[in-house]
Amino acid sequence: MDFGQFVSYIASGTVFTVGVTLIALPSGLLVGSILALLYVYGGKTAARVMKVYSTIFRGIPPIVLLFILFFAVSKGINLSAFWAGSLSLGMVSSAYQMEIVRGSLLSVSGDQLMAARAVGLSRLQAIRYVVLPQAVRLAIPPWSNEAAIIIKDSSLVYALGVPEILRRAQLIGASSQRYLLAYLSAAIIYFLLVFATTRLLELLENKLTIPSNP
Amino acid sequence: MPKPILTIKNLTKTYGKNVIFQNLDLTVNEGNTIVIIGPSGTGKSTLLRCINLLTRPNSGQIWLDDLEITAKGTDEDQVRQHIGMVFQNFLLFNHLTALGNVKLGLTKVKHMSEEAATQKAMHELSRVGLADRANHYPGQLSGGQQQRVGIARALAMDPRVMLFDEPTSALDPELIGEVLEVMRQLALEGMTMLVVTHEMGFAREVADRIVFMEKGYIVEEGSPDEMFNHPKFDRTREFLWKITELYGKKEKEAK
Amino acid sequence: MLTWLGYFKRFGMNFLRGAGVTLELTAMGLAIGFVLGLLLALARCYGPKWLRATAAAYIAVFRGTPLLVQLFIIYYGLPELGIAFSQTTAAYLALGLNSAAYQAEYLRGSINAIGDAQMQAGRSIGLSKWQTICHIILPQALRLALPSWSNEPISLLKTTAIVFLIAVQDLMAEGKRAATATFDFVGIYLAVAVVYLVMVFLLDALLKFLERKTKIPGMELETRR
Repeated sequence: MDFGQFVSYIASGTVFTVGVTLIALPSGLLVGSILALLYVYGGKTAARVMKVYSTIFRGIPPIVLLFILFFAVSKGINLSAFWAGSLSLGMVSSAYQMEIVRGSLLSVSGDQLMAARAVGLSRLQAIRYVVLPQAVRLAIPPWSNEAAIIIKDSSLVYALGVPEILRRAQLIGASSQRYLLAYLSAAIIYFLLVFATTRLLELLENKLTIPSNP
Repeated sequence: MPKPILTIKNLTKTYGKNVIFQNLDLTVNEGNTIVIIGPSGTGKSTLLRCINLLTRPNSGQIWLDDLEITAKGTDEDQVRQHIGMVFQNFLLFNHLTALGNVKLGLTKVKHMSEEAATQKAMHELSRVGLADRANHYPGQLSGGQQQRVGIARALAMDPRVMLFDEPTSALDPELIGEVLEVMRQLALEGMTMLVVTHEMGFAREVADRIVFMEKGYIVEEGSPDEMFNHPKFDRTREFLWKITELYGKKEKEAK
Repeated sequence: MLTWLGYFKRFGMNFLRGAGVTLELTAMGLAIGFVLGLLLALARCYGPKWLRATAAAYIAVFRGTPLLVQLFIIYYGLPELGIAFSQTTAAYLALGLNSAAYQAEYLRGSINAIGDAQMQAGRSIGLSKWQTICHIILPQALRLALPSWSNEPISLLKTTAIVFLIAVQDLMAEGKRAATATFDFVGIYLAVAVVYLVMVFLLDALLKFLERKTKIPGMELETRR
């Protein structure tokens, strides 16, 4: 096997790594955003429940939570390791993303919400047209960080047998007995993925920046 | 016969044990400018927020024209459309241009078409002298300009009454004039206004009536002449003397 | 529920032994990471150009790749170059090298916050550059970094949970063994999660206590300006 084949075998795992990320990140965002809205605008009881959820989910190592969710899901429904792993990772991320969304909602809310209500907007309209557009902008930098974490944590689903980058590196490393090269190649691919993602989100952030005088 | 637009009866607001104001009565007639003065922390801002239903009074009633807005089941959003509010810290929507700020209520609350809303918003921006800044974001405007956009945003809803909560307190001295000028113009045009401010020059010149509030009570109210030249109570005289002295000094220093 | 509680009785000693290993891993990773992180931060802030660039590259690489990959490179890859470690040593190294990149960033942030003014003040009374760093900058920077740095021990404690994948006998490894014995994967890992949670809460309480103890009144304000 030549070097090109060697690397491209590992690189073909990128599809799965990116796939896991593209499922986990948005599903975590969806759940996290709903929970954050409940946390901030849902009253005391909801806030208390969300706080417990956040504390517990963020207090358990991601891989432990991933295993629990994965085995619980697999017991209930017949899902492939890829889907079960991705969705579980999304749930792990939901608590972290909830905190991100909550933080940015809180830093916009209050006065801006009041000003919107004063114009006559309903609570929902005020959240939709005034709070959210500003909160989204504030959330991009911490969210970019979370995206990088998910890309890296997607390597955990290797333990569930999903043939992503790390898994493939392990397989070809074992068959060729060239572990160092295999894992270094994997590292480089991960690094490029993380780098490209954070760079892309940085561009998005710059594009969405609201103009102001220095 | 003057027609009352805003009638406040027996209004009480407390936060826990802390009484902000108690059994307050106030009437604002159509076309009048009422200026509320008084030391900080005497419930002036809270009163304005109660009128706009941004916070709920504990008891008492408020009528807007013939509608009791404190009654149960009042559509708050409906009421707020008819009451314009201008905030001390401007509170422009930071992610929208000046035009976007003025348009938001028109398109989302009044459901005007994009085109009609733009036209109306541009009209309001010209009223405050900012048509040429329509596409600037709040962060690109001076404090005085931001506050004028704030006024245009409130005006655009064609309110029955405008509430001003210390509209110039957060401004640098040299920017106060442009905002007061816009307010003076509004008063001349016959807008009904309720203004909380420390600007005694404005109060003396523009107010139809001045209300002196302290510790949650209305101590005294009267025409500017009565209040400045023949106040009934020593407290009123003392406060007016202090604040004129203080602000006079500040103005001199600014020059 | 009763069977689940029974797991703690049945595997309690194993979990405790594993938890001990987990805490050792955390402590070693933290220590290696601190020493190396401090050197990296100093290199980034005060080193010559090439050293700054190297430190920056180190931080970017270790923060930009999964720890699991780093662990596998060290444990499976390096022996090809004749550098072989035991599982535990490889885990210590991977955790330490990884944590160093994060700790370097915390320290760099506080060194920057203290700024050039303190350096100039030190130099002005005749201290050398390194004397100023040791006696003026670092004492302030380390205290200033404490609030943000105190995330790292907890974060690292959670991170250690992956080293069972190279067969280090930590809490997670004990969990895996118990899971295979009972076939109740969900129940066992839930029990393991509870043990991790308890450790995280205790560590959190300890760090909060230390933070209160070492707080110097006015310190934050003074340096933040």
